[in-house]
Amino acid sequence: MSSTSPVDPLLERAPLLVRDWVSGLFPAPARGLADALLAIAAVILGFGLLFTLLTLVERKALGRMQNRPGPNRTGPFGLLQPIADGIKMLVKEDIVPEAADRPLHFLAPVVLVAFTLVAYAVIPYGRHLLPVDLDAAVLFFFAAGAATELAVFMAGWSSHNKYSLLAAMRALAQLISYELPLLLAVVPVVMLAGTLSTSGIVAAQGRWSFGLVPHWYACTPWGAAGLVIFLIAALAEANRSPFDLPEAESELIAGHLTEYSGFKYALFFMAEYLGMTALCAMAVTLFLGGWQAPCMFLQVVPSYVWFGVKLAAMLGLFIWIRGTLPRLRMDQLMRLAWKFLVPLALLNLGTAAFWRLSAGWEALPAQLLRWALALLLVLGPAAVIGRRLSARVGPRTYRYAAP
Amino acid sequence: MSPLTVCLLISSGLFGIGLAGALCRGNAILVLLGIELMLNAANLNFIAFWRFGPSSSSAAGVIFVLFALAVAAAEAAVGLALVLAIYRHQRNVRLAEAVRLKG
Amino acid sequence: MIPVLTAIAVVLLGAAAVAMALRNLIHCALWLVLAWSALAAFYLWAGAEFLAFAQVLIYVGAVSMVVLFAVLLTRRLPDVNPAPPPPPAGGGRILAGVAAGVLVAGVVARAGLTSPLPAAGAAPVLTTRRLGVELMGAHAGALVVAGVILTMVLIGAVVLAAPDSGDAPEGDS
Repeated sequence: MSSTSPVDPLLERAPLLVRDWVSGLFPAPARGLADALLAIAAVILGFGLLFTLLTLVERKALGRMQNRPGPNRTGPFGLLQPIADGIKMLVKEDIVPEAADRPLHFLAPVVLVAFTLVAYAVIPYGRHLLPVDLDAAVLFFFAAGAATELAVFMAGWSSHNKYSLLAAMRALAQLISYELPLLLAVVPVVMLAGTLSTSGIVAAQGRWSFGLVPHWYACTPWGAAGLVIFLIAALAEANRSPFDLPEAESELIAGHLTEYSGFKYALFFMAEYLGMTALCAMAVTLFLGGWQAPCMFLQVVPSYVWFGVKLAAMLGLFIWIRGTLPRLRMDQLMRLAWKFLVPLALLNLGTAAFWRLSAGWEALPAQLLRWALALLLVLGPAAVIGRRLSARVGPRTYRYAAP
Repeated sequence: MSPLTVCLLISSGLFGIGLAGALCRGNAILVLLGIELMLNAANLNFIAFWRFGPSSSSAAGVIFVLFALAVAAAEAAVGLALVLAIYRHQRNVRLAEAVRLKG
Repeated sequence: MIPVLTAIAVVLLGAAAVAMALRNLIHCALWLVLAWSALAAFYLWAGAEFLAFAQVLIYVGAVSMVVLFAVLLTRRLPDVNPAPPPPPAGGGRILAGVAAGVLVAGVVARAGLTSPLPAAGAAPVLTTRRLGVELMGAHAGALVVAGVILTMVLIGAVVLAAPDSGDAPEGDS
C-alpha cells in the first residue's frame, strides 16, 4: 500500500533544469543567490499572473451565478479586463487626506503585501519545488499571516477617519477571532504527520489504499472536519464573503480602505487575493495531500499540475461560496467563531488523537467501528452545538412578491 | 570582543531602556510596554547564553524562553485589562492619579 | 557574523528607545513592534528558528493588537491626539529613570567585559522535533502549568475588563 516513488520523469525535473540553466549563466559564487532570486521571481510572477486571472474568473463566475455575462467587452471573453483594471488603478490620482499620518498611510499596504508574499515561501508547489524548506514551516506561515493583521490596523488608523478606525477595529476583531479556529484546525494535522515542515506533511500523505484511494487527511473523518473548519476560518481571515463585513460597500463605505485610492488600493486588493490564494494553497498542502496524485497510476502527471488542479478547485469553491451565501453580521460572525468553531476544533483534536491511537485496528469489523466512532465524534458535537446555537432563532419565514 | 559579550551588552542596553521607560512615563500603558521590553531583554540574554555558552547541546534555553514568552504575553493581557478597569474609574490612564485606594 | 549582529542591535535598541520616548501612544506601539521584529531577527541569527517565528506570532501578531486596542479604548475624549506635555517637575523623574537605566546597563556591561566568560561550545542545532520531544517529556509538567496560567489569565482579563454589572454595557464585544 505504500507508494513507490518513480524515477523522476523529465516533466518533473523540468523546472529544476530551467533554474539550473539560468543560474549557470551567473558566476559561481553568486549561484546560490541566483537560485533564491529565481525562486522569488517565479513565485511573484506566477502568483501575480494567477491574481489577474483570478479577478477575471471571479467576475465572470459571479456574473454567471447572478444570471449576467460578467465582463466581456475588453478583449475576447473579457480577457483583457485585468489589464484595463491595472491601467485604471495606475493612472488614478493618489489622494492622501491632509490630516493623515503620511508614513503609516504609505507603509500599511506595503507591509500587508510584503508579509502576504513572504508566506508563499514555505508552500511545496511540486515534488522539488519548495522555495524554502524550513523545520517549522507551518508556524512561519501563520506568523506571517498574523503580522498582516497589523497592517489592517495601520491602514485604518493612519487615515484619520472615525469610520475607517471603527471599521479597522471590527476587521481586527474578526481576524483575531478566526485565527484561533484556523490554528486549532491545523494542530491535528501536525500531530498525525509528526512534523511542522510542509514537505514532511505532504510526504506523510503519500500513500494509497489499493493504489486507488489516497491517504490524504481530508479522506479521514477528522481531516474532513478539519478541512471544513480551516476553510471557514480562511474565508474569514481573507475577508471574503460571507465574512466581508470589513470591506462591504454598504458598511462604513469601504471599511479601513476608505481613504485609499489608486495604486495603494490596488495593493490592498492584490493582498486580499494573494492572502486567499496562500490560505487555499496551505489547505491543499495540509489536508489534500499537496502535490500528491489521487491514484497511484496517475503519478505520470507532474506533481505541480496536481497542485494546480487542487488549488483551482479550492479557489473555485471560494468563488462559489461568495456568490451564494449572504453576509454575516458582526455578532453572528463572532458567535460562529467562538461558540461553534473553537469547541468543534478542540473536539476534532480529540477525534484525531483517537484515530491515531486506533491505527492498529486492521481487521475489517475493527476498521468499520473505527470509522463509525470517528464519524460520530465529528458529526455528533457539530449537530448538538449547532442546534443549541440556533435554538433561539425563530423559524424561517418566506414572503414572495405578489405576481 | 566575543559575540557573547556583544549580546550581553545589547541585552543590558535593552533592559536599561525598558527600565527608563517604565520609571519615567506617566502613562500606565507605556509602563507596561517598558516591562515587556525588560522581559524581552531577559529572553535575549537566555538565547545569547544558549548559543554561545559552553553546554550548547540542550534545548533548555529555548524552552525557558518559550515559557517566558507565553507568560509575558499573558501578563501584558492582564495588565492591559487592569488599565481598562482604571480607565473606567478615572477616565484617563495617568498613573499619577491612580493613588487612592478607595475606588 | 558580527556586522549582522550590529545591524540587528542598532535597529533593536534604536526602535526601543524611540518607542519609550514618543508622545503619541500609537506611534510608541508601532515602534515597539519594530523592536520585537528585530528581536525575532536576532533569534533567527542565533539559530532558534522556532522561537523566532513564535516571537513574531505572539508579540507582533497578538500582544501588539492587545496594546493597540487598549490604547484606542482608553483615549481621552474628545481629542484624538497625545496627552498634554507633563508638568516641569517631571524632568527630575526622567533624569532619575534614565540614570537608573544607564547604571544597570553599565554594571552589567562592566561585569560582562571584565569577568571571564565561559568559552563558546559548538553552535547548537535544535530541530523542532527535539524541541517537541523535550517539551512533552522532561518539561510536560511546566507545559501543563503554563496552560493553566494562560487559562486563568484569559478568564481574569475578561472579568477585569468587563463592565461592572449594573453599569450600562460599554459598546460592542
